[in-house]
Amino acid sequence: METIVAVLAGLLVAGGAYLMLSGNLVRYILGLTILSNAANLVIFAAGRMAKAAPALTAYGADAPAAGVANPVPQALILTAIVIGFGLFCFALTLAYRAFYAMGTARMDAMRIAEPREDRG
Amino acid sequence: MNSIILRTGTRALIPVFLFVALMTLWRGHNDPGGGFIGGLLAAICVALIEKAFGVAQARRWLILPPMMIAGIGLSCAILSGLWGALANGWFLSSVWPLYANVDGKWEGLAAGSILLFDSGVFLVVVGVVSAILFALEEAGVPESRKDEP
Amino acid sequence: MILVWPFLIPLISAALMVLLRSRENVQRWGSVAAAVALLIASLALLVRVLSEGPVAVQVGGWPAPFGITLVADLLSAAMVFITGIVAVAVAIYGLEEIDRRESWHGHHALVQALLAGVCGAFLTGDIFNLYVWFEIMLIASFGLLVVNGTRKSADGAVKYVGLNLIATFAFLSGVGLLYGVTGTLNMADLSQRLEGRQEEVAVLVSAMLLMFAFGAKAAMFPVFNWLPASYHTPSVTTSALFSALLTKVGVYALIRTFTLIYDLDVPLVRGTLLWGSVATMVVGVLGAAAQNHFRRILGFHIISQIGYMVLGLALATPAALLGAIFYLFHHIIVKANLFLIAGAARKLTGSEDLPKIGGLYAATPLLAVLFLIPALSLAGIPPLSGFWAKFLIVSASLDMQSWFIAFVALAVGLLTLYSMSKIWLEVFWKPHPDGDQAIEGTLPVAMLVPIVGLGIMTVTIGLAAGLFVDAAMVAAEQILSPHAYIDAVLGARQ
Repeated sequence: METIVAVLAGLLVAGGAYLMLSGNLVRYILGLTILSNAANLVIFAAGRMAKAAPALTAYGADAPAAGVANPVPQALILTAIVIGFGLFCFALTLAYRAFYAMGTARMDAMRIAEPREDRG
Repeated sequence: MNSIILRTGTRALIPVFLFVALMTLWRGHNDPGGGFIGGLLAAICVALIEKAFGVAQARRWLILPPMMIAGIGLSCAILSGLWGALANGWFLSSVWPLYANVDGKWEGLAAGSILLFDSGVFLVVVGVVSAILFALEEAGVPESRKDEP
Repeated sequence: MILVWPFLIPLISAALMVLLRSRENVQRWGSVAAAVALLIASLALLVRVLSEGPVAVQVGGWPAPFGITLVADLLSAAMVFITGIVAVAVAIYGLEEIDRRESWHGHHALVQALLAGVCGAFLTGDIFNLYVWFEIMLIASFGLLVVNGTRKSADGAVKYVGLNLIATFAFLSGVGLLYGVTGTLNMADLSQRLEGRQEEVAVLVSAMLLMFAFGAKAAMFPVFNWLPASYHTPSVTTSALFSALLTKVGVYALIRTFTLIYDLDVPLVRGTLLWGSVATMVVGVLGAAAQNHFRRILGFHIISQIGYMVLGLALATPAALLGAIFYLFHHIIVKANLFLIAGAARKLTGSEDLPKIGGLYAATPLLAVLFLIPALSLAGIPPLSGFWAKFLIVSASLDMQSWFIAFVALAVGLLTLYSMSKIWLEVFWKPHPDGDQAIEGTLPVAMLVPIVGLGIMTVTIGLAAGLFVDAAMVAAEQILSPHAYIDAVLGARQ
C-alpha cells in the first residue's frame, strides 16, 4: 500500500512540475496545489498505513483501544491542508490581482519589478 | 447572477447550512468536526448569498466587516490560551469550568476553553474566506481587457 | 509564560489592530507600543537564558516528546531579542512612512503577525511547529508585499509567493519523511533517535529536502531568485523588516537542524552546504555589482552575506560557528539600517534609481555619515561590526587550511566595498542631475531616530566586539554540545 501511495505521490509531483513549467500563472498555481497534495501523500505514506480504526477515545476512557491508526500523520496532514488552503486562497487572489494589474498571466511577460536593462 | 431558483434555494438552504455548521463546531471536540470545517460550512452560506444576491447583500448579512470577524476570532483563540495559562499555568491548556468528574462520572456541560478556541477558529475561517470572496468579486476586469467580450 | 510572551504579544496586537482597523493613530502608536513590549519580553527571556541556560516549556502541559515544546537556548533568545530591536526601529520608521491607505489595508496588523511568526520560529522545539510558524510568517509577508497595491509590488509578490511555496512543500515532505524514519517530531528527541542513523537514505533525503527548503527561505544559491525580484517593491518599512528577519529565520533553521538533528560530518550534507554557500557569496555580490537601483543592490547583498553565515555553519568548527552567529547578529542590524537609509534617501531625492539621484552629501552630511557606518560595516572595514564578523569566518577557514574559501570570502568583501562605494558616489557624492534645488525638505525625526539608533548599535558591536564574541561563543558551545538543550526539552515538565 505504501508503495502505491509513494508512486502516486511521485506522479503528482511530475504532473505538478509539468504544469508549473508551462509559464502561465494560473497553471503554475494549479501545479503548486498538486505539489502540495503530493507532499501530503508523502506524510501519509511515511506515517505507515494500516486498516485500523480511527483513533477516537471512547466516552469516559483515557486512551483509545489497541489497534487504532496512527493519528499523528493525520493531524499533520490536516494542518498542512488548512495551511495550504489559506496559501492557495491568497495565491489565487494574488494571481487575479496581478492579471488585473498587468493584463497578462504569462510569467515571462511580468517584468514590472525587474525591468530589462536598456542596452547602450 | 440573477436566478430565481438560486435565490429561492439559498433562502431555504441557509438555515440548514448554518445549523450543520454550528453542530459540526459543537461536536468537534470528541467526534469528527471542529471549528475549521464548521467555519467552511458557514462560509458556504456567505458564498451562496453572495452569488444569489450580490456582495452588498452578503456584507449586510454578515453585519460586521469580514476582517473584523476574523479579528474577533483571533482574539477568542488567544483568550482561550490565556485562560488556560491563568488557570493551569500552561499556555493553551484546557479548562472545563462546567464539566467535572463527580464520583467517577463525568457530569455537566462539556464547554470550556477548547470550545472558545474552536469558535475562534470558526470565526477566523468565516471572516477570511468571506474577505477573499468579496475581494475576488469586487476586483473587476483588468483595464486592458475591458473591450474584449 | 516567559517563552510564550514573545509571540503572544505580537499576536494579541495583531488581533487588536484588525479590530481597530479604522483608527489610524491607534494602529501607528499601537505598533510602536507593541514593539517596545516585545523588546521588553525578549530582554526578560534573554536575561533568564543567560543566567539559567536553556529553558523549555510544554504547551498545554503535554509532556515532551508528545506535546509541542517551546525552548530557548542562547541563540534563540538572542535572535528574539534582536527581532525586538528591529521591530522597534521599523515601527518608529513606519510612523512616518506608512500612509493611511496602507494602514487601513492592514499593514500594522500584518507586521505584528510577521513578528509573531518569526519569534515563534525561533522559540519552537518541534519541527512541525516550526513549519507552522514559517507559514504564519510567510502568509503575513505575502500580505505585506501587496498591501501598498502598486503594480510593481503585485509583480514582485507573484514571484515571491510562487517560489516560496515550492520551498514550503519541500519542507513538508522532508518533515514527513523524517517522521516516517523516527516516529517523532520533537527536535531534541529527533537528535537522539537519529544517532548512528545519519547515513540512511531516507534520512539523507529528508536532510536534502530540508536544506532545500531552508536554503530557499535564506536565499541561498541556486534558489535565491525570489529575493531580488521582490524586496525592492513594497514600502521601505516592509523591506527593512524582511531583509532583517526573513532570510535570517532560514539561516537560523539551517543552523538549528544541521547541528541538532543532522550530522554535518556526512560528506554529502556538508559538501552541498559548503559549495552552496560559496556560490551564494559570489553570485550575490556579482548580481549587486550589475544593479543600479538602491534597494536592489542591497537585496543582492543580502544574498552574498547569507553565504558567509552558511559558510560558517558548513565549516562546522566551533570558531566558524561562532563567526556565523556573530555574523547573524551583526547583519540583521546593519541590513535593516541600510534599507532604512535607502528610504530616507528616496524621501529626500524622490527616487531610488542611482543615475537619477545624487547630491545628498552636500544636502545632508549627517545622512551621509549615517550611511557610511553600516555600509563600511557591511564591507568589513575595521573597527565596525562587519570586520569582526568577516574576520572570524575567514580566520576559521584559514585554520582549516581551506585557502580557496578564505580567498573567495576576502574577494567578496572587496566587491562589497565596490558596491558600497558605487552607492556612495552615485547617491551622496555626485551632484544631483536636476541641480541642488531638487533636494527638498529635511529628514523627519521618525526616520532619523531608528537610523541613528541602529548606527550606534553597529559601532558599539564593533568597539565592544569582545563582549559580543564571548556571548556568541557561549551560544556556539550550546549548539555544538546540545546536552543542556536536550535535557531542558526532554526533562522539562515545568
